[in-house]
Amino acid sequence: MISNILQYEFLQNAFLTGIIIGIIAPLIGVFIVVRRLSLIADALSHVTLAGIAASLLLEKKFLLFSGLNPMYMGMVFSVTGSLFIEKLRTVYKHYQELAIPIILSGGIGLGAIFISLADGFNTDLFSYLFGSVSAVSRLDLWTILVISILVIVLIILLYKELFLLSFDEEHAKASGIAAKSVHFIFIIMVALVIAASMRIVGILLVSSLMTLPVAASIRIAKGFKQTIFYSVLFGETSVLGGLMLSYHLDLAPGGTIVIIAVFILILTILLKKMAVKTSLASHQK
Amino acid sequence: MEKQNKPIIEIKNVSYRYEKEDVLENINLTIQEGVFLGIVGPNGSGKSTLLKLVLGLLKLQKGEIQLFGQDIYRFKDWHHIGFVSQKANSFNTGFPATVYEVVSSGLTKKLGLFKFMKKEDHHKVTKAIESVDLLAFKDKNIGELSGGQQQRVFIARALVSDPKLMILDEPTVGVDAQNVQSFYGMLDKLNKQLGISLLLVTHDIGAISDKITHVACLNKHLHFHGKTEEFEELKKNDMSAIYGHDIQILTHDHEHHYHHHGGTV
Repeated sequence: MISNILQYEFLQNAFLTGIIIGIIAPLIGVFIVVRRLSLIADALSHVTLAGIAASLLLEKKFLLFSGLNPMYMGMVFSVTGSLFIEKLRTVYKHYQELAIPIILSGGIGLGAIFISLADGFNTDLFSYLFGSVSAVSRLDLWTILVISILVIVLIILLYKELFLLSFDEEHAKASGIAAKSVHFIFIIMVALVIAASMRIVGILLVSSLMTLPVAASIRIAKGFKQTIFYSVLFGETSVLGGLMLSYHLDLAPGGTIVIIAVFILILTILLKKMAVKTSLASHQK
Repeated sequence: MEKQNKPIIEIKNVSYRYEKEDVLENINLTIQEGVFLGIVGPNGSGKSTLLKLVLGLLKLQKGEIQLFGQDIYRFKDWHHIGFVSQKANSFNTGFPATVYEVVSSGLTKKLGLFKFMKKEDHHKVTKAIESVDLLAFKDKNIGELSGGQQQRVFIARALVSDPKLMILDEPTVGVDAQNVQSFYGMLDKLNKQLGISLLLVTHDIGAISDKITHVACLNKHLHFHGKTEEFEELKKNDMSAIYGHDIQILTHDHEHHYHHHGGTV
């Protein structure tokens, strides 16, 4: 396997991209989960799908667009979708979660129309849905790298503000922090990470790479920084394990990655249960 | 120990109404540095409205408020004022953050954007946790603590930015009765040892009457403001002198709490 990676550029692209998104998806996922916004990731990934479908359609109908990387259009849609969600959340002040199904169904609707206009599915679209090892180009890798560096730097710089906003939004506002701007930057980062991650895991499974490692981490971590650390560790394990398995067994990488993440989650729940039991038992002695 | 020369809050002729109802009428109240003031009054007496006005969360309709000698609209040093709300029930107790991390978040505004905590900031955080007697719990997740301990974490979060005045809105809601006394004892320590002025809103004066230095009785009007001993004296003689015609609703409420807790103190 290692020699293959050294030999084939497409495998290098896939593994390097995998390593990167194994870091950023769970990293931003921690903030998404603790702020109870997990479904936003789902909504935005479906909007990203609409963008990709639109790009594939344009590519098919107009020669002019043939060189355009569908990921870019996906990003544009994803970021636009995130702005719509924010707008809708202020329109429906008392039903803020309503913004999510509205954007999610809007995304699927648009995606379906674009797909049918492009005369149906093709293998390219399938790889966007479930992820692909062979589809990542060098250009994809560079784009994803740039986005990831941007996201990581922003999270480090805004860590205090993001933490306070996540833990206690009311207090954040009362203490005079630019809560709105920080939230705005956050939601755009989410949109970008989704668009960057979908090449490997696929649109339908992006949100699970953002939430499953975090769900496992919360069970065992002490504190927020440790939660981030374990989330990234679990995310990275799932991605690398998933990619290797899927390459050897010729499976869709997205599915393999997510199933490994599910296994890690189950394992942590069981371990935690056992730890609680043994500590109870030792207390009784 | 008493430094009763500088007023930190001056409330002058303040009235406030929500739509059709007057909540506060012509309130005049000057709060001196170093006091531990308990503001008491029944539900709907305008206590929270007064707090929100002082914190700048509501806009003044009538009258004026000065904080540390400055008009509230020109006041910039908000980090001098720490606020602890009825928090214990309202945050996500499953949040994966340690006591240390939560207390550190009290420095967010003071440090400013793109700034990181330095050595002395970490020292401040430790000191704040120490002054609420939670040092042994600093690496525990906040969800593992009891309601009273969680409330102390929020006090430490307010303490960490070196406030001169701390405003607490019914801080013992959600704290079990056994721990209420030690909670108030800790506030007393902050007031006496660190010299932080405290303004505490409560409807439960009995539990705290031996700690506070001053009392203000509010029910739309300010019915009484003075030293705690004077208040106790007045109360013994004649409740109606404090509240006037509002006596019927209020005596019951106060007497009840007073006797209830009076027995245990």
